[in-house]
Amino acid sequence: MLFIDTLVQGVLLGGLYALFAAGLSLVFGIMRLVNLAHGDLIVLAAYLMLLVVTVLGVSPFVALLICAPAMFALGWVLQRFVLNRVLGEDVLPPLLVTFGLSVVIQNSLLETASADSRRLPAGDLVNASLPLGPVNVGVMPLATFLSAVAVIMALQWIFFRTALGRRFRAVSDDPVTAGLMGIRPKSIFALATGIAMIVVTIAALYLGIRSNFDPAIGPARLIYAFEAVIIGGLGSIWGTLAGGIIIGVAQTFGAAVNPEWQILSGHLVFILVLLLRPRGLFPRAYD
Amino acid sequence: MTALLETGGLSAFYGDFQALFGIDLSLEPGDCMAIIGANGAGKTTLMRAIAGTVVRRTGQVSLSQRDIGGLAADQVAALGVAMVPEGRKLFPSLNVEENLLIGATVAQKGPWALAGIYDLFPVLREKRHAPATSLSGGQQQMVAIGRALMGNPRLLLCDEISLGLAPIVIKDIYAALPKIRAAGASVIVVEQDIGQALKVADHVHCMMEGRITLSGRPADLARDAIHDAYFGTVSAGTGHAVH
Repeated sequence: MLFIDTLVQGVLLGGLYALFAAGLSLVFGIMRLVNLAHGDLIVLAAYLMLLVVTVLGVSPFVALLICAPAMFALGWVLQRFVLNRVLGEDVLPPLLVTFGLSVVIQNSLLETASADSRRLPAGDLVNASLPLGPVNVGVMPLATFLSAVAVIMALQWIFFRTALGRRFRAVSDDPVTAGLMGIRPKSIFALATGIAMIVVTIAALYLGIRSNFDPAIGPARLIYAFEAVIIGGLGSIWGTLAGGIIIGVAQTFGAAVNPEWQILSGHLVFILVLLLRPRGLFPRAYD
Repeated sequence: MTALLETGGLSAFYGDFQALFGIDLSLEPGDCMAIIGANGAGKTTLMRAIAGTVVRRTGQVSLSQRDIGGLAADQVAALGVAMVPEGRKLFPSLNVEENLLIGATVAQKGPWALAGIYDLFPVLREKRHAPATSLSGGQQQMVAIGRALMGNPRLLLCDEISLGLAPIVIKDIYAALPKIRAAGASVIVVEQDIGQALKVADHVHCMMEGRITLSGRPADLARDAIHDAYFGTVSAGTGHAVH
């Protein structure tokens, strides 16, 4: 009984990690760019939603609809005017630039929003739960998980069923030949980062409703996202969901044994996967 | 009649290395031009310099008298220049049909669409859902040609389309060329196979070490002269050696 309950809670927690990771996975899969500011962008989106909620007095879910296009635009501009300039053979410049961006975002938030912990208000929803077979599950964890599955399915659909997805894959395979097809890889990159920022906003919604956030928590979210992407296999979208779930389950089982072990057991499982399957569980056949 | 493609003093560089030295070419609409030469002669670099994938170029390239020398590859493609790149360069993450469709990204108005490509190369219709790189070499070459045609190009650049293929397969692929020309595209083929080049082209240019060493109509070129221009040997040739 306890086993099933722990497993279910772990899977649902994995949904949150998959949401953290999906945008990272998308960007890495298309342009081999590791965005070290990914976690901070999630926190930035959370503050943006808090601003909208506070000023307009709407629910966080309505704020999502307003903030997602804004974050898309931010991602597009960031890629178009900053990251595209440093992408190239050398992987170091984009790492340094996104690391710097991470510092800039954290300190800007600290200046404008202070170091106080904040939360997105979602009323009674936060504590609501419903019986699901033998276990009770929280409404928010369930919504998080279902959103994660929906996001993964949507990304999968864009990737494999649309003309844009064809371009994503072509540019990811071979940007020079894609250029011969009339595709400008850098425009495709800007769209991809824009879409990743929409996913980031969805992740921020659940992060902000379920737990407190402050300007400094971004890097820790980045770690979970990274681990999920790498466990799942770089560039694999479904793998990212699987990776998130594996970390989530590992954490809840660790916590069931001893609450101090929650974070540690997630990292241990990550290291274990890295040792046994260095390319992740579902690596792309082609790289 | 104005030339479809004209280059004047076109040079290209990879870093400090100069791969092309002042190439002057002119292609009339509807013509088929062959560029022959040994490995490393600069044929592929010439195709890349026209298509815009060489980073550093000097000199003139114009398409219907419009200067395209400073354009990026995607802008050149949008003007109706399509390339079948050396080594095919199909997208491994895309199946056959998706590879063809991606060729239509900046399509001009014209006769080519999926159905036309499948009529030209019927075997591709059966394999349209297969991963492109699971096909045989000849079939992959058909995909690469079909992908280029999907853009309904005014100018089709074919870089070494016979490389590594069996003679019977090469015959099949070249059998498509008259239909492609009849549908309106002008063609430049890069070939190491001199016999094949002389058969299909209206004009032949031979390259060596980044320069054009011989030009003419196939009927006017003596085998000896081509041999000299190709390998750089000096003999009492009768062709119109350029330099």
